[in-house]
Amino acid sequence: MHVLLMGNPNSGKSVVFSRLTGVNVISSNYPGTTVEFTRGVMRLGEEYAEVLDVPGTYTLSPTSKAEEVALRILEDHLKEEGEGQTIVVNIVDATNLERSLNLTLQLIQKKVPMVVCLNMWDETKHIGVYINHEKLEEILGVPCIPTCAITGEGIKNLVERIKDAKVSGFTFDEDNRWNELGKILNSVQRIEHKHHTLLETLGDASVNPPTAIPIALLVLAASFLLVRFIGENLISHVFDPLFRDFWSPVVFRVSGYFQDLPFLHDILFGEIKGLDINYGSSLGLLTTGVYIPLAAVLPYIVAFYFVLSVLEDTGYLPRLAVLLDTLMHKLGMHGMAIVPMLLGLGCNVPGALAARILETKRERFIASTVMAITVPCMAQLAMIAGLSGSLGDQGMGSTGVFLSVAVTLVVTAITLGIIFNRVMKGESTELLIDIPPYRVPYIPALVKKLWMRVKWFLKEAVPWVLFGVFLVNLMYNLGILHFAGKAASPLVVNILGLPREAIGGLVIGFLRKDVAVGMLAPLGMDWKQVAVASTVLVMYFPCVATFSVLLKEFGFKYMLKAAFIMLVTAFTAGGILNLVLHLL
Amino acid sequence: MQAETTLADMKKGEKGRVVAIEGGRFMQEKLDSMGIRPGSEITKTSNSFLQGPVTVQVGTSRIAIGFGMARRVVVRIEKEN
Repeated sequence: MHVLLMGNPNSGKSVVFSRLTGVNVISSNYPGTTVEFTRGVMRLGEEYAEVLDVPGTYTLSPTSKAEEVALRILEDHLKEEGEGQTIVVNIVDATNLERSLNLTLQLIQKKVPMVVCLNMWDETKHIGVYINHEKLEEILGVPCIPTCAITGEGIKNLVERIKDAKVSGFTFDEDNRWNELGKILNSVQRIEHKHHTLLETLGDASVNPPTAIPIALLVLAASFLLVRFIGENLISHVFDPLFRDFWSPVVFRVSGYFQDLPFLHDILFGEIKGLDINYGSSLGLLTTGVYIPLAAVLPYIVAFYFVLSVLEDTGYLPRLAVLLDTLMHKLGMHGMAIVPMLLGLGCNVPGALAARILETKRERFIASTVMAITVPCMAQLAMIAGLSGSLGDQGMGSTGVFLSVAVTLVVTAITLGIIFNRVMKGESTELLIDIPPYRVPYIPALVKKLWMRVKWFLKEAVPWVLFGVFLVNLMYNLGILHFAGKAASPLVVNILGLPREAIGGLVIGFLRKDVAVGMLAPLGMDWKQVAVASTVLVMYFPCVATFSVLLKEFGFKYMLKAAFIMLVTAFTAGGILNLVLHLL
Repeated sequence: MQAETTLADMKKGEKGRVVAIEGGRFMQEKLDSMGIRPGSEITKTSNSFLQGPVTVQVGTSRIAIGFGMARRVVVRIEKEN
């Protein structure tokens, strides 16, 4: 037996899914969080049923890739399975009954057994919407159950009634769908006029240009400062002391056992001089290999995803999309492209996947490529912060590094977008999105989401970091890095103005960019070189995880094209930055 | 007097009824699925910034519509707030 959760975007399908299956999936307050379907299992009486969290759709005549996925899942299930083997649980946003029931009516025509779940029931009263769910059940002839998935209210009832799912006997003329809908609404829904609440006023203020622009600047600045504040403090007050006081003694003790095995010692511990371990640059599996993901990057991952989750769950992102739409159009995308860009700041992998919320292949190509080239992931940013922090007051110090990297990336992103927009055939789609009301984040859900993302990072990143560090050692010991440095020195030394050894970082950057930045630390570069190296590392090639996602999304031909664009862009931008910094 | 205008040219706070959508089938379907079709009551809630999207209230939902699309939604103004 299969249970398909279907409904409009942002109607809370993923929350219901988590409640039914215990499987955690990311949910947010904007349309299009789920672009891929997720499977889970739930108990239905004696049986087990497979539950699918289908991407949201407004209609069964798809208008985007996520909607195509939704329709395909439904049709595949109807085709392949016997009668009564597939049940649709239609998640309805009770605060938007009209739009939601439009899909319900289309589902009814598919003659599939279904249950209607009236989600966000608690919110209807706040906005003055009163729905007679018993009457709706009578009209549609299928169970209609009010729920508030985020707190879990009504879910038990929903589970109990899934077995009552049936094919609706409601018939209507397809050309008259909206009229029918109007009739149903008139008899089940009553709307009372309510005064604007504070959240509504704030919601309007953040899309109305005169107030929206200062609000956006404020939100972005506050987010940036908050991420930095949380990240730095976690490192200096929690993670560094932990490593210094608890891990270092272990490292020293274990390292003693390996004194007679220099090769193995090198791989495990790298270079340890004296009593102070330089975790960033000793390049051993047990030193740098665990320090980079756990102490240098993790604090920033926690900080970033905390802030991002708040932005997502309040519903601010679609408003930012509206504000940035005009700019994004000039770059060949539309406002919602801000979502993959922001997610990419955490890690490029979910960023590349999020590009699916864009309608055309052209937009997805532009968004993914621009993101892969110009959006640094948090792992990289954390390491750049660490590397430039160690410069102290030398030259322009860390401020100089950050300013030059940021300006170069933004200018490159805009230039690339403009070029793509000119060169590629087609136009960018007009923005058409639902702007959800502001919601106060539900803390337990927010904490769970943060934890899922942190866990995901650890699972994805730690093995690659360890492998990267291992490979560096191997290449170093076998003299490969020395050879590569010599071969690439015209490019690296003459155009980018970097020391020849920086090539090692560029090679490893393909595996993990944070390890790559770590490799630059012992080279003793000045702030200009750090700025150029950091910029080139961000741009020149995506890490292996992002690479494989892009390959899966777009295919081999795309990857060839993209790789060429990436290399050319990285060395051009890096070369220009080097030139500009030296002319200053 | 009932004047016809487009969603793009409506003033903030004005309320009207959609008369026609001057676009291809794809655009009509897309707007339709969001509840915007001839006959629907619509209120403009914010103006566009540098030809960016406008936002409107349809039923209980708030929707942002790109400027180019908004220009092709013909509306008959019914009353001003």
